[in-house]
Amino acid sequence: MPDIYIPIVGKDSSNGTPIPPGSSRIVIDPLTRIEGHLRIEANVEAGKVTDAWSASTMFRGIETILKGRDPREAWLFTQRICGVCTTVHAISSVRAVEDALGITIPDNARLVRNLLEAAQFVQDHVIHFFHLHALDWVDVVSALGADPAQTSALARSISPWPNSSPEYFSGVRSRLQGLVDSGQLSLFANGYWGHPAYILPAEGNLLAVAHYLEALDWQREFIKFHALLGGKNPHPQTYLVGGMAIPVNPAGNRAINPQVIAQLRGLISMATDFVTQVYIPDLKLIASFYKDWANYGAGVGNFLSYGDFPSSGNDPNSYWLPRGVIFDGNIGVPSQPLDQQQIKEFVTRSWYSYSAGDSNGLHPSVGETQPTYTGPQPPYDNLNVDGKYSWLKAPRYNGNPMEVGPLARMLVAYTNGHERVRALVNEMLGALGLGPEALISTLGRVAARGIETSLVVEQMGTWVDQLEANMNSGNLAIHNGALWDPSTWPATASGWGTTEAPRGALGHWVNIANGKIENYQTVVATTWNGSPRDAAGLPGPFEAALIGTPIADPARPVEILRTIHAFDPCMACSVHLVDARGKPLGIGVTVH
Amino acid sequence: MSSQNDRSSESAGRQKITRRSFLKFCSLMAATLALPTKYVSQIAKAMSTATRLPVIWLEFQDCTGDSESFLRAGSRSDPLQPGVTDPGLVDLLLDFISVEYHETLMAPSGFMAEKSLNDVLEKYPNQYICIVEGAIPQAQGGVYCTIRGRTALSIAQQVLPNALATIAIGSCAVDGGLSAALPNPTGAGGVLDTIPGLANLVNLPGCPANVVNLVATIVYMVTFNTLPDMDSSHRPYFAYGTEIHEECERHDYYEEDKFVLAWGDEGHKNGWCLYRMGCKGPDTRANCWQVKWNGSTSWDIGAGHGCIGCTMPHFWDSMTPFYQSLGNE
Repeated sequence: MPDIYIPIVGKDSSNGTPIPPGSSRIVIDPLTRIEGHLRIEANVEAGKVTDAWSASTMFRGIETILKGRDPREAWLFTQRICGVCTTVHAISSVRAVEDALGITIPDNARLVRNLLEAAQFVQDHVIHFFHLHALDWVDVVSALGADPAQTSALARSISPWPNSSPEYFSGVRSRLQGLVDSGQLSLFANGYWGHPAYILPAEGNLLAVAHYLEALDWQREFIKFHALLGGKNPHPQTYLVGGMAIPVNPAGNRAINPQVIAQLRGLISMATDFVTQVYIPDLKLIASFYKDWANYGAGVGNFLSYGDFPSSGNDPNSYWLPRGVIFDGNIGVPSQPLDQQQIKEFVTRSWYSYSAGDSNGLHPSVGETQPTYTGPQPPYDNLNVDGKYSWLKAPRYNGNPMEVGPLARMLVAYTNGHERVRALVNEMLGALGLGPEALISTLGRVAARGIETSLVVEQMGTWVDQLEANMNSGNLAIHNGALWDPSTWPATASGWGTTEAPRGALGHWVNIANGKIENYQTVVATTWNGSPRDAAGLPGPFEAALIGTPIADPARPVEILRTIHAFDPCMACSVHLVDARGKPLGIGVTVH
Repeated sequence: MSSQNDRSSESAGRQKITRRSFLKFCSLMAATLALPTKYVSQIAKAMSTATRLPVIWLEFQDCTGDSESFLRAGSRSDPLQPGVTDPGLVDLLLDFISVEYHETLMAPSGFMAEKSLNDVLEKYPNQYICIVEGAIPQAQGGVYCTIRGRTALSIAQQVLPNALATIAIGSCAVDGGLSAALPNPTGAGGVLDTIPGLANLVNLPGCPANVVNLVATIVYMVTFNTLPDMDSSHRPYFAYGTEIHEECERHDYYEEDKFVLAWGDEGHKNGWCLYRMGCKGPDTRANCWQVKWNGSTSWDIGAGHGCIGCTMPHFWDSMTPFYQSLGNE
């Protein structure tokens, strides 16, 4: 079916949704290079997006699946919410159950969790930059015209990274040429190559393609960090309610021991080199050509960070990255404290219904998830965006749509005087010749993700040092088993647990009754960012950010990809998963 | 780490892999496939003469975990020859297979992405491999997973029957996996549940599936022009023919009655048997014990947590509760 609809009389062909005369409706589905299934519909008028709708088109219903199960194994289920941001749902889950039952965790467990999550940030951000986002800025076909000697000179002018000789870039170019000559461009086929919005010189494109390939190898090596601490990646299998399952034993073969500590340090060193010598120099190079993207994609201007990386137990007050909320882009004053009671989810424009009506939001602790599909029956060309149009709910904080993610985290830390964050932000802005106001933009999101990667990779060694110090001092505790046995639990308990996923704030809420899950709720990063409109008609952050985006060629809307990818969407995570009351869903069920 | 070597020896760069490392890859594949060494040269010949196999990778009700597993391909070191590894993912992608459609990785979106799919269907009928990740929902007419306004089922029905072979990767594509866990709210099923009788199907269950088995399956198909030997559930014997418990590195402790009885106890610190903590090794058939994960770095049991039986049918129901044994010693 066609991607583009250019209506003649202001109505689109399929559902009667009025479209302003002279505008065209762009549909992008599948929006690729993200996790999961995202559909964007946008109206374009006079070369700019005038309105946009973000829709998730996949739902699994893990809510009903979790009900009645052992809360100690919920993390294994919720970790499978997403295999890209693997590990973060596991952490939120065990923290929620620990909060409900009042369980404290040993210091070694805190450190291993911090390290697993930090490694996830670093690996995921690098993959996002090179493999999910770069092709919006980098023209692969243009790289074929690059001069290897000039590419080498360019590479050496921005970084000491050793893979930089003319011969090296010549090899990359001929490998790329081989793909073209074979007629099988594979993943690169049918890209928007040659689009006028691509403005990097050919040598910049070849440099980025070379690093795209290097990053494929790098991520695979670096994530052995997860295998060392968690057995494997994706889906490391080492979490426990009350701590972790990887023992600490300097004399043990299947435990964190001096050899493992040394391997962790080696991987951090390797990551530090790649981030500082490849990722950040490439980011600065590419950003220097696309500075006008600091003028687009501002979005809702409200930011929320749960904060993360505790210095003590699970205590939010000890988070290394602080918790807070920012409104109206006001980054001149410290962020405000977060009050989780202000979080409500709306389904007014989502394919769900609430028992008390769809116009009121519900706090996650009393939320409902009754899927009620009212969209067009497939196959369809257009959604009815005046009605319900997404499997995402619309979370709001005190009624406000909130952006979450690296930019939110960096802004909350920045406004709270986090010294290292301020230094890295100022260094990045200085390198690009931009002021702090440029941060709230598509380019700012790209920059914030890079800043955060630098920040996290340089912090990881501190946690390894602490783990080693504990080990050497004989503190080998990894799990608090005092409340492992469900018979020790109160009849009912409820709690919430948060983490920061690479893509943003992630909260789990759990209610336990008689040792079983009574209800389980998640409010996920891309649910915040990718949400549809709410009861008040306020657009979500994706939708707001797209308005005003320039579109040079509606048939090849690479500009929309730039702004959406800058948020790093993760759709499998974001579809609302859980049902507070475990209502029967009233739909066909296959029982095995 | 190979990357350290790359950095000191720039010529390794991104040239084609060396003959030597290629032959090592072939011998590792032969070992994974449990083939005698005489087949190494046959694998090498097939892999070096084959045109790149077109691959369509479809994602439905998934978490992208199997795609992430795929991205970890090629990092297995040969313990006897430090520094020698499988050809990496880059070599796979550029030299051996041609992934023409993969929504998480492909450059084009929207209409142009659909064009990429249609190009394969038109140019390579019955010559492409289709890899399916994620479950296929059938309740409510399939509205729980649509792409381009079409249901997952209709896309599968279009693409799978015309494939040279279909590989269902991960438990969701094999039997519905997490989406199909009771009470299966979206009517989700695996490939065989939703396209009954599909020919040339290979099931690679696991949550996620181990990429070593995906690569080995493809290598086998290219080398011998047929599917690997499989059981009645379409699972290759080389990957799912052994029981984890029997082959487990902790099995001796089981025989000696040395069990972990509490997380962090002396037995746990010293790597004893995890059976009493709910390990499903005795109930699970898979080769994790052999190929392990992330370049043979470790595996779940190696990291002190029991196996959850993720390669077994409907494991979210059949293997739970995870922290109690099923009594099948």
